[in-house]
Amino acid sequence: MNKTVKNADEAIKDVFDNSTIMLGGFGLCGIPENCITALVKKGVKGLTCISNNAGVDDFGIGLMLKTRQVKKMISSYVGENAEFERQLLSGELEVELIPQGTLATRCLAAGYGMPAIFTPAGVGTEVAIGKESRKFLVEGVEKEFLMEMAFDADFAIVKAWKGDPHGNLIFRETARNFNPMMAMAGKITIAEVEELVPAGSLDPDHIHTPGIYVHRIFQGANYEKRIEQRTVRKK
Amino acid sequence: MLDKIGIAKRIAKEIKDGYYVNLGIGIPTLVANYIPQGMNVVLQSENGLLGMGPFPFEGEEDADLINAGKQTITTVDGSAFFDSAMSFGMIRSRKVDLTILGAMEVSEKGDIANWKIPGKMVKGMGGAMDLVASAKNIIVAMQHVNKAGESKLLPKCDLPLTGVRCVKKIVTELAVLDVTPDGFRLLERAPGVSVEEIKKATLGRLIIEGDVPEMIID
Repeated sequence: MNKTVKNADEAIKDVFDNSTIMLGGFGLCGIPENCITALVKKGVKGLTCISNNAGVDDFGIGLMLKTRQVKKMISSYVGENAEFERQLLSGELEVELIPQGTLATRCLAAGYGMPAIFTPAGVGTEVAIGKESRKFLVEGVEKEFLMEMAFDADFAIVKAWKGDPHGNLIFRETARNFNPMMAMAGKITIAEVEELVPAGSLDPDHIHTPGIYVHRIFQGANYEKRIEQRTVRKK
Repeated sequence: MLDKIGIAKRIAKEIKDGYYVNLGIGIPTLVANYIPQGMNVVLQSENGLLGMGPFPFEGEEDADLINAGKQTITTVDGSAFFDSAMSFGMIRSRKVDLTILGAMEVSEKGDIANWKIPGKMVKGMGGAMDLVASAKNIIVAMQHVNKAGESKLLPKCDLPLTGVRCVKKIVTELAVLDVTPDGFRLLERAPGVSVEEIKKATLGRLIIEGDVPEMIID
């Protein structure tokens, strides 16, 4: 198989207005930088973005917020973005805040072909409002679980460290985060990688995401890989 | 009265050899610095790492290696990376022995609120709701009263809840308390703090049995 496309512009060319897209990454770590830039350039609007965070004001999804391309964010934590908070408080942006594990597992469910999951996260809180719940025995004690639905996303856009033309992906360190589950969950999955290597040069034992889940792949350019909180110790 | 480091040091004494521990942002992060030498403890960072090491040396920061607070960190011998679904899988299936996190309010039933101030702060719950819903043992590190001088240990939380009936223990600048079916049980006083002061700062039901010892902190 050869799923290679030329660049980010070609990879996202059919992302349409009002579509639902998943974007991998935790904070600014492991985000699809090239595709975000291409989405801003394309100017596609009314997007529902499923992503753990919303970037910062001038990087990551923050760039798409600035251009008002995002109609709704589904995230677990959005604390680092002043423009996000402003749009939310003024009602310009719709936001659904959900527990991080629920977010990850709703992606996982989509990729595993399961319509829903049951999780205890959010029981007894406002997250539970309007949701079906069910009690199960856990270690001999009855415990309540919320039913959470698998995500239904038109596109999943992920960032990996290495990939091959088959779409096989390998992630690096904590830049893995949501990327593997999202890669499995999109109707169309787009992967940008730091290094696109020839088929056959990745050890099959080391593949995190098998290529069957990936529809398009390209080697990204000029990765900034910005650090959000630079913390160091002295030698 | 304890400072933040004092709270972290006191909580560190709750950690046992062989524990897998998840530390929240703020005072809980400081606890890592006071885990007794020689103890085998593995820190879990919910963005996908078991075996979190200290901050990197200057010039050795790696953008791909961060903790849940988005700070640059390092690995240690025996570290392992994984994705976010597996991370919350190990939390949900109770493999993590102890969760230490901050709070805005805790109720006498063990309810916790730490993610939202309606109309004011809309940052989100991150992994906190998953952690408190599943953790075997939850210790809260927080100030006993808020900036306005109001108690954060309440009969009932006023703020939107993060989880219900889940907090087991609280360490504040004034005291160590257990959450029991009957309310907050005072276990220890901070150095130089009287039972009266703790009573005054606690709005929820406080149980005092006999002499309350003073904390011992190295």
